[in-house]
Amino acid sequence: MLAFAELASETSFMLSRIQFAANISFHILFPTINIALCWILLFFKFQFNRTGDESWLRVYRFWVRIFALSFAIGVVSGITMSFQFGTNWPGYMETVGNIAGPLLGYEVMTAFFLEASFLSIMLFGMNKVSNRVHTFATLLVAIGTSMSAFWILALDSWMQTPSGFEMRDGVAHVTSWAEVIFNPSMPYRLTHMVLASGLTAAFLIAGISAYRLLKGDNKRSVKQALHASTALAMILIPIQIFVGDLHGLNTFKHQPAKVAAMEGVWETSTNVPLLLFAIPDEEIRTNHFEVKVPNMASLILTHTFDGEIKGLNEFEGKHPPVAPVFFSFRVMIGIGVLMLLTAAIGCYQFLYKKRYPNWFLKVLVGMTFSGWIATLAGWYVTEIGRQPYLVTGVLKTHDAATMLPADNVAMSLTMYLLLYTFLLIAYIRTLFVMANRAVKLEEQNPSIEDMRNEALADDSIDTNALTQGQTQSLAQGKTTDKGALV
Amino acid sequence: MSNEYQWLPTVFIGLMGLSFLIYAILDGYDLGVGVLLPKDNQAQRDQMIYSIGPFWDANETWLVLAVGIMLIAFPKAHSIVLQALYLPTAIMLTGLILRGVSFDFRTKAPSKDKRKWDLAFKMGSLIATLSQGYMLGRYVTSFDESSLAIGFSLLSAVCVTAGYCFIGACWLVMKSEGELQKRAARWATITNILMAVGIAAVCAANLMIDATIAEKWLSFPQVILLIPISALFLFVFATVHVYLQQVPTKNDIGCWYPFLAAVVIFILCFAGLGYSFYPYIVPMQLTIFEAASAPESLLVIFWGAVFVLPVIIGYTIFAYKVFWGKTTHLTY
Repeated sequence: MLAFAELASETSFMLSRIQFAANISFHILFPTINIALCWILLFFKFQFNRTGDESWLRVYRFWVRIFALSFAIGVVSGITMSFQFGTNWPGYMETVGNIAGPLLGYEVMTAFFLEASFLSIMLFGMNKVSNRVHTFATLLVAIGTSMSAFWILALDSWMQTPSGFEMRDGVAHVTSWAEVIFNPSMPYRLTHMVLASGLTAAFLIAGISAYRLLKGDNKRSVKQALHASTALAMILIPIQIFVGDLHGLNTFKHQPAKVAAMEGVWETSTNVPLLLFAIPDEEIRTNHFEVKVPNMASLILTHTFDGEIKGLNEFEGKHPPVAPVFFSFRVMIGIGVLMLLTAAIGCYQFLYKKRYPNWFLKVLVGMTFSGWIATLAGWYVTEIGRQPYLVTGVLKTHDAATMLPADNVAMSLTMYLLLYTFLLIAYIRTLFVMANRAVKLEEQNPSIEDMRNEALADDSIDTNALTQGQTQSLAQGKTTDKGALV
Repeated sequence: MSNEYQWLPTVFIGLMGLSFLIYAILDGYDLGVGVLLPKDNQAQRDQMIYSIGPFWDANETWLVLAVGIMLIAFPKAHSIVLQALYLPTAIMLTGLILRGVSFDFRTKAPSKDKRKWDLAFKMGSLIATLSQGYMLGRYVTSFDESSLAIGFSLLSAVCVTAGYCFIGACWLVMKSEGELQKRAARWATITNILMAVGIAAVCAANLMIDATIAEKWLSFPQVILLIPISALFLFVFATVHVYLQQVPTKNDIGCWYPFLAAVVIFILCFAGLGYSFYPYIVPMQLTIFEAASAPESLLVIFWGAVFVLPVIIGYTIFAYKVFWGKTTHLTY
């Protein structure tokens, strides 16, 4: 009987974990785009204000609609989170509520309202307020999204590397807010995430713009967006690699078990090789099929060939599951390398060849959502890498879990999964529908005044006509097979 | 908790109550507009959705704040209440998600799908209002599992939905013109009656179910208060009813009156609820003093709120002023 009860609570625990992971994975996709996209929109708006060039306004109008869509999904999927802390993880707030509470509270008070209120002016207010107020509203929304990132990353980092508190009767009490907020991993994690957001937005813009060029949309605005995003990617990716390295060193110092899982190191040793590929086996605590570069892991983490790296066996029972951390890490790094190559080729083409060849545009389309995958993989490394703890050294995930009946959690999880899958498909499909529509619309209405009615036209354009239009424009050879000229 | 900080839980329950009230009024009208979306008229649907377009997002944030304050200031209550309401909460959230995204998808997805997204918007709104009303009923009956309590919660689900539809219809009377305004006035008339009956039923049921609450209201001298409150209810109900029959009035005089009346009714109901349960945050189980977090954490949020909330209210008013008056076609 007891064993049965234990099994039931174990099931409920696992389902709660899956549900939280599903919710937060789905949610983070949209803020990841929007944190940076809003600053990019501000850049487009500034370019328009500065030059008076209407094609900058076109770019702005196209992307602000995608921003609005992503924002809405981000908001509603975020609401779910604020309920789940209490329902599925009551032990979390009971133990560290004195720290998590204020940080979350400040996020709501300083970020959520700011974003939500000024977003309406940013979207619908263009004809209702002066241009300056409109630009200012855009700035405030950008500040709001970044503030939100600041608070939530402060909290997440505190859970990774807690400091500035003391435990009294099993409950964490703050001794220094400065140490809580600016805990050891916070500056690195925040910078890493903000850069990830920049890259995600850059590749999204580049991908959709490339798609439009391939569809024969040779408007200057599309190219401007493509140039700006490729340049942004080229600037950000080297910085991201550098910051990622610093972040790794920080993790090596404060969470050695996580790094051991990332590198697949079982025994503490010196001259540790870098594993390009392997299959970690937790049963017999070793790796299969290793492909390695000698001494490299030691060199990266300790900056000497014979540096010592602590192995997983030092943390038996207190280290994360190895395989998911190990593979997620390689996915993230792999995409980072692809991003570097793509951005470099893009800049080379732009600077020396003055045109993007078709194959390159296709690569960009393929990379449209690369930022999402890299960001998710990165989050899996850091969050699974924190296990078995919810708050490192303070609270185990297991001890925070709910007493809810497993079938209730199973039911809510099923509902969320169905909804999220549906929304994700609808979102991606809608992005391309919007791109197709923009191709069509700009052919019909070359003047900016008509762009004002884009939303109106959205309702009236028949999709069939749209497809015909595309075929025609392709037939007329608007995309030359030489590729799009810069 | 030391005596020095006895005031903190009271202040936070006040803040939480205020946030829930603002949420009920603001998201109340946009949920109501969603529920009322007519099947037969695309132009009216567009017009109705434009009228809430610039506001729904910020309106919904008040729910995050209210639930956030409960989580932060009264974590024990947050976990008891929301675990007891686990499935209705999950259903409400799916409703809110569905309507929130439909608002954007409807104009951006292929135009042939627009009707489907409008339907999703309507259903999402309906799911959210019904589950909120049901949750309120469960809360008021202290999560009792008896069929009487469940019946009461179902009644509450219908009443809250009627209330939201009423305030939504009043919003439309204020923000629209022509045929839509007339139609909204008809909706408001019906829901006004439904809501009045519902409020009376909920009050009566509540007094019968719970002796402590009956004691609180019916003993002397508080019972005298019931006279002006009931009179105010009757006055508001009757004048709104009469006004709605006159819509459209000459020069649209007093188009804001039904909405104002709805706000007054919401405030009264809410105050009544608060009075019935104070100082309990989980009815008859847990008081705000037992559920509160450590004073030092509450103080940190308190000072933040003192500075930030007025700013939030300030720019909320600014946003409403920007989109003041009758709704026009919205594009961006």
